Amino acid sequence: MAETIALKLTAKDFKSDQEVRWCPGCGDYAILAAVQQFMPELEIPRENIVFVSGIGCSSRFPYYMNTYGMHSIHGRAPAIATGLSASRPDLSVWVVTGDGDALSIGGNHLIHALRRNVNLKILLFNNRIYGLTKGQYSPTSEIGKITKSTPAGSADSPFNPLSLALGAEATFVARTIDSDRKHLQSVLRAAAEHEGSAFVEIYQNCNIFNDGAFDLVKDPATRDEHLIRLEQGQPITIGKYNVVHPEGSFGLKVQEGGTPIVHDATVSDPAYAFALTRLSGSDLNTTPIGVFRNVRRPSYDEIVRKQVLDAEAQATGTPEEMLDGLLNAGDTWTIL
Amino acid sequence: MAAPAKRVEQLDRVVIRFAGDSGDGMQLTGDRFTSETAQLGNDISTLPNFPAEIRAPAGTLPGVSSFQVHFADYDILTPGDAPNVLVAMNPAALKANLADLPAGADIIVNTDEFTRRNLAKVGYAESPLEDGSLAEFAVHPVALTSLTLGALAESGVSKKDGERAKNMFALGLLSWMYSRPFESTLRFLERKFAKRPDLVAANKIAFQAGWNYGETTEAFSVRYEIKPAKMQPGTYRNITGNQALALGLVAAAVRSRLPLFLGAYPITPASDILHELSKHKRFGVTTMQAEDEIAAIGAALGAAYGGALGVTTTSGPGVALKGETISLAIALELPLVIVDVQRAGPSTGMPTKTEQADLNMALFGRHGEAPLAVIAPKSPSDCFHAALEAARIALTYRTPVILLSDNYVANGSEPWLLPSVDELPDLRVEFATAPNTEDGRFLPYLRDPETMARPWAVPGTPGLEHRIGGLEKADKTGDISYDPANHEFMVRTRQARIEAIPVPDVDVEDPDENAQVLVLGWGSTYGPIGAACRALRQRGLTIAQAHLRHLSPLPANLGEVLAGYEKVVVPEMNLGQLAAVIRARYLVDAVPFNQVSGLPFTAATLESMLEDVVKNG
Repeated sequence: MAETIALKLTAKDFKSDQEVRWCPGCGDYAILAAVQQFMPELEIPRENIVFVSGIGCSSRFPYYMNTYGMHSIHGRAPAIATGLSASRPDLSVWVVTGDGDALSIGGNHLIHALRRNVNLKILLFNNRIYGLTKGQYSPTSEIGKITKSTPAGSADSPFNPLSLALGAEATFVARTIDSDRKHLQSVLRAAAEHEGSAFVEIYQNCNIFNDGAFDLVKDPATRDEHLIRLEQGQPITIGKYNVVHPEGSFGLKVQEGGTPIVHDATVSDPAYAFALTRLSGSDLNTTPIGVFRNVRRPSYDEIVRKQVLDAEAQATGTPEEMLDGLLNAGDTWTIL
Repeated sequence: MAAPAKRVEQLDRVVIRFAGDSGDGMQLTGDRFTSETAQLGNDISTLPNFPAEIRAPAGTLPGVSSFQVHFADYDILTPGDAPNVLVAMNPAALKANLADLPAGADIIVNTDEFTRRNLAKVGYAESPLEDGSLAEFAVHPVALTSLTLGALAESGVSKKDGERAKNMFALGLLSWMYSRPFESTLRFLERKFAKRPDLVAANKIAFQAGWNYGETTEAFSVRYEIKPAKMQPGTYRNITGNQALALGLVAAAVRSRLPLFLGAYPITPASDILHELSKHKRFGVTTMQAEDEIAAIGAALGAAYGGALGVTTTSGPGVALKGETISLAIALELPLVIVDVQRAGPSTGMPTKTEQADLNMALFGRHGEAPLAVIAPKSPSDCFHAALEAARIALTYRTPVILLSDNYVANGSEPWLLPSVDELPDLRVEFATAPNTEDGRFLPYLRDPETMARPWAVPGTPGLEHRIGGLEKADKTGDISYDPANHEFMVRTRQARIEAIPVPDVDVEDPDENAQVLVLGWGSTYGPIGAACRALRQRGLTIAQAHLRHLSPLPANLGEVLAGYEKVVVPEMNLGQLAAVIRARYLVDAVPFNQVSGLPFTAATLESMLEDVVKNG
């Protein structure tokens, strides 16, 4: 094994020379700072890290990271990152996206990246609103949301992003909060260690168009009554309440008494993690954060690379000789 | 009883059309006959014609599938206008193709399928074999199905498998009629049915029975010979445009020393390129069947960003979906090859029929000022070289390139003189490895003064970390910029760098050197235009022909060429898209001549149109 050389990078090394242009007070600042501070932990040289984003406020993120980066087009970051990751297994590829980018215009790419288990770390900044286009409701906005485009209230039910990811066969699913740096970094750590797609929803406050959307689980005055912290191997509780699996029920329930479920993100049946995601809805009343699911399945990159490497291993001769053989294959005839 | 002696006639060219139900194996039969014919050394051109439905209702007109092969003892340019021989496996195949036959053509029909029910399906009140309506043709009624089953009576295969071998009986008969060598077909059957020795045997017996039927019965009194064509020395293989294009992409990967990444979504008539490339992983080829057209090009662009030769293959509807990503590639100035195998549109249109109506989309079909390079192959085998050329431009000038093939060249085939691998262009590129300013900075949009290409700095290169994106970039630094003067400069620079790509001058074929009329084409119309010009010249008329391979940028000498003729005619399988470009750009009164039937031009159509222009101006 190659000797690991300590890179001794710091958060400062991951700051680019670009002026950060989010609105003052935006939750994105906290996430950026947390990611920059966390990155040195990975011991990955900066040149081997790539951030790919789509369009939206969150998608400006790559410009502020002193790594390789591409700010692409709306919704397509998972597709672009898939091509990069599948052809460059030596890179650590991160996708930064938002609720509109990932779940509306780019929904198809997101679910297929997760289904394939491409080796991508996908950070979905969920602020439940369209910020860059100035305040239309998003696919995670609560039903009845009054915005410029829905003055009488939105008529469509929101996605639960984690339930969606699990339905798309995601192998790693987690949720965290912009303002809780310690927790955010612990989730990033677990995501980075995961081989395959890691899907991380980050509750992010848009203080301009949807301020306070997550206050219930962020405000010290209320959060302890509403936030469920998932910890591997620990019983799942919230204050005096327990998360239990009532007999004869398919799901989980928060109640007083009963035997709390002991959290195990490695359970292979996704029904367990799905049940956890269903504990919270738009109202955030009982909201788990942490790693919901973390299972191992061969990544798309691994399988695709192996097919190519196996085929290359069978090949003999120079590339030109092989090409000559290919062109001359089949029924040929010669004219003298 | 000795076989009756058969007369042998020499012919210089023949056009045969095999026609039957979609399930009758006509494409395979035509393919095998073509291969046998290639082995003999005739020049060949083929045209498959099949419905989009995989199995339309049996015996109906929409279910008819055909394969036309034109072969000759001289070099030919098209699959032929009218068949000399029609093989009709059922009444539908007869009815669907009859109008194309000239008087005197041979028709071989499978009489077993001319039942009352099958005749009624296609609206024949009486059998055309009996009502005298085919009097002007030489009809050869053959009970193909029952003769095949009879030959297989002892073989032990099921009746169903036996019936399916009737196409081999037909192939055997035609192979006898035209004195084709059949060893390659026997080898083919062994490969195709490797897991079913009983079917190998049955199909060989059926083939032999067809051959013997021609040789021994009195139904066929003449056998034909077509001498090999005088072709350039070398090794040949018969190849379709889609195959040649895929091999051209593999060759580009080899010659550039880059891994090839294909992102594709299945679409007719481009899917065969995906299939072909998927077989060649040993050349470092990765193929990804993406979730949609947008993801297909997105993944290809992501791979290009990472230093691969990124390619996406599709047809018109797919290009429409990829438009936004093509614009991103233009803004990122990364190499990317987009293959559009055009089909008849708009919308789903006619997926298995040909058209050249995506030229406007290729040239102009994006938001903003979004120039790129466009090239088009002129024949099936030329798809190989066009693919290499597309890759060369993409890699050298760091730009997306659209390659406009079409269904006619993609599925048509012709003999291909195999190139010497060492003589293929060297496409090696240099990635950026070090800062490019004197003060040690890396500027991702600092251009090479010669190619105007920006550096290709792939992730993994230490010290060159940088960010790129779809937002307008400041010149040189690539930083986000809303500066008006900078935008003006960048828009003009993107246009100028495409226009500055050096492409070969267009050649003019004007053997008499005094032509007044120039016919200008592009892409797959080369064959029919060439055949029409040749026919006119043989009749003593003068005409000049020029054919465009590069549609963006246009060859530098094109304006001068156009100015040298009194009249310029532009035949296209669209409503005048190139003609409009020529008129706008060169102020030349180019005359469009257009056909949008889903079928290629026949040489005869063009000959009569051009004759009128040459004679009457």
